[in-house]
Amino acid sequence: MPETPRVSFPQIANYDIPISYLFEKGLDVTYVTPPPITKKTLELGSRYSPDFVCAPFKYCLGNFIETIEQGADTIVQTGGLCRLGYYGELHEQILKDLGYDIKFINLAKAKFSKPLSFYNEFKEINPEMSIKHIAKYLPIAMRMVEYIDKMEDYIRRNVGFEVREGSFEKLFRMCLQEMKTAETRKELDATFRKYAGRIQKLPVNKPKNPLRVGIVGEYYTIMEPFSNHFMEKELAKMGIVVYRYMNISSTILHANQKEARAHIKGYASFDMGATSMFTIDRALEFAKKKFDGIIHVKSFGCTPEMDAMPVLQNISADYHIPILYFSFDSQTSETGIQTRLEAFYDMIMARKEQKR
Amino acid sequence: MKKAYLGIDIGSISTKGVVMDEAQNILASEYLWTEGDPMGAVKRLLLVLEAQLQGKDYSVVAVGTTGSARKLIGVMTGAAVVKNEITAHAIGTTSLYPDVRTIFEIGGQDSKIILVENGFVTDYAMNTLCAAGTGSFLSSQARRLGVSVEEFGEIALTSKNPTSIAARCTVFAESDLVHKAQIGHKKEDIIAGLCKAVVSNYLNNVGKGKKIKPPIVFQGGVSKNIGVKKAFEDATGYEVTVDPNSHLIGALGVAILAQKSKVEKPFDFNIAEMEFTTKGVECPKCSNHCEIICVYREGALIDSWGNKCDNGAIKVG
Repeated sequence: MPETPRVSFPQIANYDIPISYLFEKGLDVTYVTPPPITKKTLELGSRYSPDFVCAPFKYCLGNFIETIEQGADTIVQTGGLCRLGYYGELHEQILKDLGYDIKFINLAKAKFSKPLSFYNEFKEINPEMSIKHIAKYLPIAMRMVEYIDKMEDYIRRNVGFEVREGSFEKLFRMCLQEMKTAETRKELDATFRKYAGRIQKLPVNKPKNPLRVGIVGEYYTIMEPFSNHFMEKELAKMGIVVYRYMNISSTILHANQKEARAHIKGYASFDMGATSMFTIDRALEFAKKKFDGIIHVKSFGCTPEMDAMPVLQNISADYHIPILYFSFDSQTSETGIQTRLEAFYDMIMARKEQKR
Repeated sequence: MKKAYLGIDIGSISTKGVVMDEAQNILASEYLWTEGDPMGAVKRLLLVLEAQLQGKDYSVVAVGTTGSARKLIGVMTGAAVVKNEITAHAIGTTSLYPDVRTIFEIGGQDSKIILVENGFVTDYAMNTLCAAGTGSFLSSQARRLGVSVEEFGEIALTSKNPTSIAARCTVFAESDLVHKAQIGHKKEDIIAGLCKAVVSNYLNNVGKGKKIKPPIVFQGGVSKNIGVKKAFEDATGYEVTVDPNSHLIGALGVAILAQKSKVEKPFDFNIAEMEFTTKGVECPKCSNHCEIICVYREGALIDSWGNKCDNGAIKVG
């Protein structure tokens, strides 16, 4: 009997839940969850990465090294619309050079337009995989992603006002654990409904007209809390309702580039790559809805997002909405970020008071 | 006893203090070097301010702190308000110039631009990554040219033909400067060129995309350089105002915020004689190794911070 592969994938936010579900139930492998991202992860990743590579590359590499040290023997890397598509090749080479004897599966080799290409990569992960299993569990995993995103959206908008500290987080964790046990779509739906009901009943102390801030920006940095220095948490602590559109549901499962392009026609005629069009589309939406402010996050050097910035500046000027721009890399100092966030809060609060 | 408010702005290079009365008039002020020891600098500051208030019938009822060491000094002084520099500067400047629309600030290590409308901040940007648009660039070039940084401005104004010097990066600017000096450009032309370079870098970096409108107020250590002030006027086409108290504006702003907070607690200048120490401890509970800063007054713990989660919290008492 060949040994069950011990597989891992880059850690991002809470998506390890549906991903481990997909791998374990759909591909019959053991999933090695990367340990929580810490300064050490980033430091490890940075040490073995080319210096000017974008931050997500460093985080992924840090994840890979830490999971291999914990026993993973198969590493899977995703493809993407930007430099992300090249990560896999380089990660594979670096891990090999570091002397790790592992199997590396690069999903960048697969194309959404050719579903069979995914099957080939899955077969690489586990030659013993069964089509029946993947066909059964893939839709459930996708639905899990959607439910997680929906729940996180709700939490983001309300956690700043929770009456009992930690009540939202606690319930959310319980929900995630229970979702993993679902064997059918029906069971998953029931779990979601149960916890959605409970979370919506949690007491919140929201003022009548709270400050609303929308976050836009580059894909990884916007989703992985450690990489953005827990910005959403900081904003919630200041009593702000946080909106963030970018997640896997909206940009992969239900992506509609055409619609986004049509919305932003007056501001951008050409696709600037990766998620830049979604960034502009969402920023415009937040501006039109008269949000109090927008925050743009990216990793240092992200070209599509840098290209989007002048467009955002135009939106900011046209709609008189302040936009704060952040660039993240491997520095871990909090002070500069704290200062700017605090000043941003002071500014939008004062503007709001003035408007009254 | 009349009420007074103390504002302290602790920067990495300089520490500024202001005591103002209820009408926001400055009663006492001081500017001194931090020298890498914020608590020591504040103690020296307090002794000077106390001396200036001698014989005047005032009692400090609230303290505000700003600047990069604001948290530490806020704990030390029992501050009512601990506020970031951007807000403090905006409040300070609008109290002196209610019509101000744009604030240029270039300090020793950072630079900021603040846009104001009707007395409220509407936009701002801060540069903390790059030395090219800051005072440290000018002071290191002054050293290289054998000129004191205080004379820089005067010399720049005598130039009739400023040298063109690269503005994007200190390293490039320096090699440009060396090259131009070695081919015989006059010192005053190079110095004027450096002033222009700082302005060019500022407008292209921190000022990028910002709509600059008059009245413009220029502050921060570099504002004392009249060469840079003139370069700003040439570049923007607008008059630029430099307040004689421009270095105190952050401290003034945070004193005003302390007054506005209506939180009053008698402040005793004798904390300048107490022993304050800090200790940094690395929390071993996970691989984040958060550095927890603990502050002690006369040996007793009065505050701690730096932990990302509750596991690292060190409670007082």
